[in-house]
Amino acid sequence: MKYLIVLPIIIPLVAASFCLLAWPWRQVQRWIGVLGSAALLAASIALFCQVNTSGIQVMSMGNWPIPFGIVFAADLFGSIMLVLGAIMGFAVSIYSLAAMDQKREAFGYYPLFQILMMGVSGAFLTGDIFNLYVWFEVLLMASFVLLSLGGERGQIEGAIKYVALNLVSSAIFLAAVGILYGTVGTLNFADLAVVLQHYPNQGLITTLAMLFIVAFGIKAASFPFFFWLPASYHTPPVPVSAIFAGLLTKVGVYALIRVFTLLFRGDTGYTHEIILVMSGLTMLTGIFGAVTQNDMRRILSFHIVSQIGYMLMGLGLFTKLALAGSIFYIIHHIVVKTNLFLVSGVVEKIFGTTELKKLGGLYHSRPWLSVFFLISALSLAGIPPLSGFFAKLVLIQSGLEIERYGIVAIALIVGLLTLFSMTKIWNEVFWKNPPEPVLPAPSFSPVGWMLPVTALAVITVCVGVLAGPIFELTIRTSEQLMNQEIYISAVLGARP
Amino acid sequence: MELMFALTVGLLYAAGFFLVMRHSLMKLVLGLIFLSHGANLLIFSAGGLESRGLPIIAEGSKIPQYPMPDPLPQALILTAIVISFGILAFALVLVYRSFRLTGSDDSDQLDSTEK
Repeated sequence: MKYLIVLPIIIPLVAASFCLLAWPWRQVQRWIGVLGSAALLAASIALFCQVNTSGIQVMSMGNWPIPFGIVFAADLFGSIMLVLGAIMGFAVSIYSLAAMDQKREAFGYYPLFQILMMGVSGAFLTGDIFNLYVWFEVLLMASFVLLSLGGERGQIEGAIKYVALNLVSSAIFLAAVGILYGTVGTLNFADLAVVLQHYPNQGLITTLAMLFIVAFGIKAASFPFFFWLPASYHTPPVPVSAIFAGLLTKVGVYALIRVFTLLFRGDTGYTHEIILVMSGLTMLTGIFGAVTQNDMRRILSFHIVSQIGYMLMGLGLFTKLALAGSIFYIIHHIVVKTNLFLVSGVVEKIFGTTELKKLGGLYHSRPWLSVFFLISALSLAGIPPLSGFFAKLVLIQSGLEIERYGIVAIALIVGLLTLFSMTKIWNEVFWKNPPEPVLPAPSFSPVGWMLPVTALAVITVCVGVLAGPIFELTIRTSEQLMNQEIYISAVLGARP
Repeated sequence: MELMFALTVGLLYAAGFFLVMRHSLMKLVLGLIFLSHGANLLIFSAGGLESRGLPIIAEGSKIPQYPMPDPLPQALILTAIVISFGILAFALVLVYRSFRLTGSDDSDQLDSTEK
């Protein structure tokens, strides 16, 4: 089907519009939200299957001849990200039915959520760098409102930090796109890749690449630009935190990988080395931040930063195996991290807080919740046979292969510290005796909360069990990324 | 002409970053406005700044009579202006809301969830 590639953008748009039309009827909005997310998931899986069997899908908007019009192109990497995003969107939609309060639902939570998903899908699918900027703004705009929706003091404080740094990043991104266009006169990814390969003044291109590192580095929350993330991600309601934690920084990582595999690879000894150093420092600062925190959601927020380091590590090493490791890591991380936040939501529901010293005893009262937390936490720390172990294994193996022992050492140490900090959450929240006086547990139906948590835990286990086929898929994806000719000929060859 | 644009853009960026780093939230918003203006002007100048006559292609000819600037960056700026207008309006409301909640315009006071 030719129009399959735009469905992941159109479906959330339609769902958001219907939600807005159903503004006075909260119940209707809820089900439109779930339906939209389910349809998005179906369309994403269909698109992924098509890309997987018949190669990169390309479509030019309005049938403009190809480097001039806006192009949408779905390659393996983009469509994998799309499927992951859609799974998280669906899981969080279900979770929101139980977890979102009426006030926020009445003020447009569901349409905003759909628009956020539209922005994320658009960013994964676009083949045009200015269009990427536009999708970034779409998702940022939705995320700004989602973050501050409800208007609690903590939320507004977090939102100001988030908005300020993301706007600075957008201004830098925009400037970089402008200079890029002024330099080479094209915006299409594939066309840019061709022109940049043969551009005489590579020094200028490297300078531009630095602007993109800063712009996407802020969005991906990598060192030294990560400060906005732990300052804001713990403030909104949990469903919002969870979808942000699962997807938003990963859009930044996606953009970095896209741009630094397709466009800026003329001087990898310089640019990718910087990314590698950034990745090492990101892992370390993130984990040190996490170790010092005493609130479950803040610990998890700092962990996002540290995990971003692993994803950039593969890009920095820049070999086929390393990049496959990065992609594997992203697959594993999105599922696990979203789930950990969802669990923290249940904890917050039970205790009314996520401060570690006020929690405890959940292992006895909620054994299943504990098991699902443990699966995700151990997977995050990289304990075999869970998904995180294989993701780290591939990255570390690729580092050893090209004898970059420094980054391998950092990755291993950070893995150990991750385990330490996950153990801390486990001890404080689930294992130790509940604090005195024991609060009466609020009565609530756990089905809506536990359904997505269970599903994501099952996916985590599946990613571990099916590590072989998934590894093979990531290798093919990384081959497609490393060999930029495939993307170029798919896009430019599709000229009508 | 290019030099003047370059200096203006540089000045806008410098002023923008300076204001963003101040304590006052109102100055933060002003700084963001300057930054987005700087970026827009930068893109505008990337399209070329020549203007010696009307950008009309004479009949029978395939190229314009005078060298003309590339119109695409101007279209890009239009998009960027619309986006930044919306977002800055939101930022203003957000800052006002924060002022109402905390009674202060100082970004150092925004730490109630981090203690």
